[in-house]
Amino acid sequence: MLKILQKIMAVGTVTEAWDAGEAPERFRGRVAPAGGSCAACGACVAACPVGAIEADGDTVTVNQRACIFCGRCVERCERGLLTQTGDYKLAELGGQLLGEAVRAEIARTLGRSLHIRHLDVGSCNACDFELNQLLSPVYDLQQYGVDFVASPRHADLLMVTGVVTRNLTQALLMTYEATPSPRLVMAVGACAASGRTFGADNYAVRGGADALVPVDVYVPGCPPRPQALLYGILLALGRIEQA
Amino acid sequence: MMIKTFVVKAENLRAAANACASRSRHGLLAMFACDERISTGSYAIYCLFDGRKPDGLVTVKGLVPAEGPLEFPSLTPVIPAAAWYEREIFDMFGIKPTDHPELRPLVLHENWPSGLHPLRKDFDPAREVPEADKPFPMLHAHGEGVFEVPVGPIHAGIIEPGHFRFSQAGETILRLDAKLFFTHRGIEKAVEGLTPDEAFPMVERICGVCSVSHALSFSQALEGLTGTSIPERAKWIRVLTAELERLYNHVGDIGNLSAGMGFQVAVSNGARLKESLLRLNEAVTGNRYLRGMVVPGGVAMDVTGKLCREIGAALERFEPDFASLVGLMRENDAFLNRVDTTGIVPFAAARDLGVVGPAARASGVDWDMRRDKPYGGYGELDFAVPVRHSGDVAARLWVRVDEVPQTVRLIRQALERLGAAGPELAAAVPPAPAWGAGAGWSESARGANLHWLMMDDDNRIWRYFVRSASYPNWPALTVAAPGNIIPDFPLINKSFELCYACLDR
Repeated sequence: MLKILQKIMAVGTVTEAWDAGEAPERFRGRVAPAGGSCAACGACVAACPVGAIEADGDTVTVNQRACIFCGRCVERCERGLLTQTGDYKLAELGGQLLGEAVRAEIARTLGRSLHIRHLDVGSCNACDFELNQLLSPVYDLQQYGVDFVASPRHADLLMVTGVVTRNLTQALLMTYEATPSPRLVMAVGACAASGRTFGADNYAVRGGADALVPVDVYVPGCPPRPQALLYGILLALGRIEQA
Repeated sequence: MMIKTFVVKAENLRAAANACASRSRHGLLAMFACDERISTGSYAIYCLFDGRKPDGLVTVKGLVPAEGPLEFPSLTPVIPAAAWYEREIFDMFGIKPTDHPELRPLVLHENWPSGLHPLRKDFDPAREVPEADKPFPMLHAHGEGVFEVPVGPIHAGIIEPGHFRFSQAGETILRLDAKLFFTHRGIEKAVEGLTPDEAFPMVERICGVCSVSHALSFSQALEGLTGTSIPERAKWIRVLTAELERLYNHVGDIGNLSAGMGFQVAVSNGARLKESLLRLNEAVTGNRYLRGMVVPGGVAMDVTGKLCREIGAALERFEPDFASLVGLMRENDAFLNRVDTTGIVPFAAARDLGVVGPAARASGVDWDMRRDKPYGGYGELDFAVPVRHSGDVAARLWVRVDEVPQTVRLIRQALERLGAAGPELAAAVPPAPAWGAGAGWSESARGANLHWLMMDDDNRIWRYFVRSASYPNWPALTVAAPGNIIPDFPLINKSFELCYACLDR
């Protein structure tokens, strides 16, 4: 018992502000055009393993929801026109959260508190590990009035990780149905946000979360770091502004 | 890597495999099928065994002629470790292991129509597969007062999906059956027809938390097949990355085990320590789960002197912190009372099921691929392999705890050798020989991940088989649980640290 108390006192408080953990130099975040003239060679499009890059003449756009942040496009651009930034605040609102009136209604109903049910519909477990880290004392999710709950019956938000597999389709639909309205769905990570990580024609995969249920928040990343998840949660609650 | 192959007719597969199993130290390592109708006019059933040479494997290949009958005598009655592999072969290829004691579906659930086998080459992945609703039989116990507790696939915590069926008498578990493969993403099919470079991002994403191990096993299979030798510097960076993976997994798992009994101080401290290691991973590789470092031919990034010093300093801070966390467990009677003698896997069961990793070493199976089938730079490094014999939750915990200082030693040795290694990071990987097959393995935090690869005549993947550490370890859970009470199940389950994503692929 004394040892336990000693350990608690020695460690002290380790909780950080939500975005205090800065991305290190090597972190691979949003891919951005660095300027300069594109040769329209298509190397970046061909290099992307998930088809996240579209080139229209010399204009290149990266679909952040599908991007797995591998950096191959940056590496293989002949003219070095793409750079990988440290930007991880990539969450975007969709669905119900796009309408101001509905957003206000959701904010009024849910208030400052939000109960989350996690749902793995075909994840590699990396996103799930990051959700678990949100509960570590470093991030201390509960300090925001937000917590994970054991049942969809108690949940306001479903955090969906993974591509929707054939074998989890029923679980996703039943969990969604079991969640009382108003309910929100967050697609966490490239798999849930795009469904493209394991190829387009796959007998075992149905697609991203929005192939089956309406999605209100997309959090890109492979996996999204905990700060990116907190950004998405706080954005959905209207507690911070879009970066 | 040397693979010695014996080719036999399907009807002789059981006898040939049994002869190899009785001569090898570890029995059946893996078993899978391959559609080789295009080159040999047959399907092939491959059974992999440990070879005498440290880098050797012995393969028994049974030919099942395409014109039928599509069957072979099941190995399961003589080699229990074959049970799941054979169920998977029946699902994915429709080749029947005759006399299999419980031939029920494994990978394809009730939603999948009968008679469709996705790993056959004539199965078009783009085709629409109609919804089915066939039965999915589960095992039960019968008797007066026996009842059943179904759990999952969606669990109360943040965990991967699996369905458990407990047959109970009061609180005591009589029998446990698991329905898994919920996160089956068809990865083995998805990489077919891709070049190794195109397939690699999927390989790294088989499992989020064994990412390095899978990347290593795949790379080594390909490097062996193409005769590529990796630069000295890549060798030590690979050891460093693989051991960083073991470290954050073990520390997280040790902390998490305490969640199974509500010992919150240990849970919090484990999560805090794990967070510091994940941040170190992000600094070294740009990804908290170490993705993007290991590539076929070597590594993608250097570990600079500055990063080496950062890692060294992080280890200095980590060691006393971790030791005091473990101290909280070692001297806590309430904790020890829960873990001692709970969820026992006897030595014979561990050996018969081919259990690997800390789960095997906790039951007295003294086997670690890093030492016994050395790959990369491990043969040149100095480390011990901790073994326990009680086979309970405590043994699995203490094996992990004892491995942590060994991992720290390995990281320090890798850092030291990096200082003297040349600057080259990766060698070019030449095209693979047509229809060549290679195997690669690595010891993940959960045990050996074994990959097998066959390339076609255009340097594209023809067949890729992944035997993750969790594959042989899952059935051990159904041995460990009976006789215990349901409230101890989360603890028993956590002590194995089984991956669903790794298994399901």
